[in-house]
Amino acid sequence: MTIIDNPKQPTEPDTPFGDEKISKTGDKVFFGLSFGAATLILVTLGAVALFLVKEGLPVFTASDKSDLERGGDSFFGYVGPLVLGTVYIAMIALLIATPIAVAVAVYISHYAPKRLSQTLGYFIDLLAAIPSVVFGIWGITVLAPILSRTLYPWLDDYASWLPFFGSDVNVSTSGRTTLTVGIVLAVMVLPIITAISREVFLQTPRLHEEASLALGATRWEMIRQAVLPYGRSGVISGAMLGLGRALGETMAVAMILSPADGYFWNIITNSNSNTIAANIALQFPESSGLEVNRLIATGLVLFIITFGVNALARRVADTGFTGADG
Amino acid sequence: MMLTTDHLDRDRDRDRDRDNEVGGGGDITSGELAGKGTFAVFGGAVVLGALTWLPSGSVNWARWVIVTILAYIIGTYVVSRIVESKRHATDRLATAVMTSSFAVVLLPLVSVVWTVVERGSNRFDWTFYSETMRGVVGEGGGAYHAIIGTLIITALAATFSVPFGLFTAIYLVEYGGKTRFSKRVTGLVDVMTGIPSIVAGLFAYALFVLVDGPGHRSGLAGAVALTLLMTPVVVRASEEMLRLVPNELREASYALGVAKWRTIAKIVLPTAIAGILTGIVLSIARVIGETAPLLITVGIAQGVNYNPFSGRMATLPVFTYNSYAFPTLPRDASLDRAWASALTLVIIVAVLFTGARILSSILKPKGLK
Repeated sequence: MTIIDNPKQPTEPDTPFGDEKISKTGDKVFFGLSFGAATLILVTLGAVALFLVKEGLPVFTASDKSDLERGGDSFFGYVGPLVLGTVYIAMIALLIATPIAVAVAVYISHYAPKRLSQTLGYFIDLLAAIPSVVFGIWGITVLAPILSRTLYPWLDDYASWLPFFGSDVNVSTSGRTTLTVGIVLAVMVLPIITAISREVFLQTPRLHEEASLALGATRWEMIRQAVLPYGRSGVISGAMLGLGRALGETMAVAMILSPADGYFWNIITNSNSNTIAANIALQFPESSGLEVNRLIATGLVLFIITFGVNALARRVADTGFTGADG
Repeated sequence: MMLTTDHLDRDRDRDRDRDNEVGGGGDITSGELAGKGTFAVFGGAVVLGALTWLPSGSVNWARWVIVTILAYIIGTYVVSRIVESKRHATDRLATAVMTSSFAVVLLPLVSVVWTVVERGSNRFDWTFYSETMRGVVGEGGGAYHAIIGTLIITALAATFSVPFGLFTAIYLVEYGGKTRFSKRVTGLVDVMTGIPSIVAGLFAYALFVLVDGPGHRSGLAGAVALTLLMTPVVVRASEEMLRLVPNELREASYALGVAKWRTIAKIVLPTAIAGILTGIVLSIARVIGETAPLLITVGIAQGVNYNPFSGRMATLPVFTYNSYAFPTLPRDASLDRAWASALTLVIIVAVLFTGARILSSILKPKGLK
């Protein structure tokens, strides 16, 4: 028995790995790596913004704008129709996809048998991963001819009193229209909205559902009273994420749409406002000089739009899940 | 015994019972639409849809399906309204609408897969996977160079983004806690998730223009663009998995005097490795089909380029796009190559996706669900 005369001794305990000391350097290195990686995220995003601004800025500052023959030398005159096309097509896709996606999510979470619903969930997740170039080539080869044979003549005949089906221009016979692209994008964003809505619907407290059923509600009334209010914020944030995807979608639009310069509201003709992303993909390989800078500047505009949409989606998601009364 | 369970089941799933049981059970089920009734309505709808062939004389599948679905929805509502009550009719209407919207969703998706398989099988042969497009005029040729390019660029992107994403996730879960810095990083990872792929491509281009001057094209630039898209997915997946590791494991390790970094490396990561690997494979599946960023940073080439640091490379997605959008004569040969390439992409994605699922079920640690 010895008296502990050095109180500092016990702070260095034995380790289970023999009597090696706790390695402070190992800890420091590991912390450094993790902290460095986290910091690199900040740096990367800063760099994205910085480089886009740096490469986009010459469009506004350059004195010699002779490069910009196509599309005129006013940047906002150039990007305006593109913004319209981008937002217009994404909204059409969202309007088509959201109700169907919610219905499918409810079906998977509350109607389909459990085994089946797992398989369906897997299938839908897989569909979200199919490359957009595949949807593009499918849209132009399969969907566009079908729509131009069936739906568009019908809309032209019976719905031309609506401004977006107006009969002032000839209806498209190739099907390379805003509406076709909107439908293809709807198919593409549907798995995203479905996946998120399904997750939220499955989280509905079982007690809410059973209370509703116990009061004599039919299954639909239970869903309307318990499931949908509970999942509302999830559906909204899912839809916003889908919107973000649709806004940035490039290849499907570039392959299907038949673009023209200017603002076009009619969605079933061959003259359509292009989207920012598709315009970049189509123009970039053949652009040089200031034109490249202009394309990068439009990319910055797209970045800002999607950033706004995603920020909004996150805010909705954060304020959500408040309970049964929504 | 049977009777009891039966009774309980009936209590619990009253609604399902109403769908399945024929209305012969006495008072409880009287005034309800029986299973036979719904089948009758559905059969009627199918027949009504088939009748639409008569005017034109030819089979139109799309019209058949649409008319059938509409007739089924309306028919169910009307019959239920007559036999049952208004509330039940609405309930059945909702069921019919949801089931049909699911069927409607399956239509385009099945069509995509079917078309890709059907058209892609024209050139689904050995030549397509063993030859390049160098010197090929007209028919023949293959996508060997594009497959090599896709493998190199995706591997590079994974090499960058896996350590990057994994260490960020480790910081967020193990070190950051609820500090403002880690909250900000989490927010920025969300922002990164939302970056459109074409913007990622523009960023990589702008970055390499600084080094190499305008007109830069290289596999490395493409890999940087893909890294930007892949990292947030890796961070999200790893973060979620690391948070699932029970705190007791960490505390037990600390109590034994193990250093924090060893705890993370030897206890936390092995516990979460199944989920993390799954997340990584899924993130690869996500970026392997990216076209737009590679189109503007890597371009397209006719032959094999093994060097990702200089020169254009072919990749499968861009090869698909190029063969379709700028076909060489004869046009059909070019389109066949595009479809075969699309089929290859779909197969790769499906294999990665299924592999990830299998991986996660094999590696799943005991006691964790």
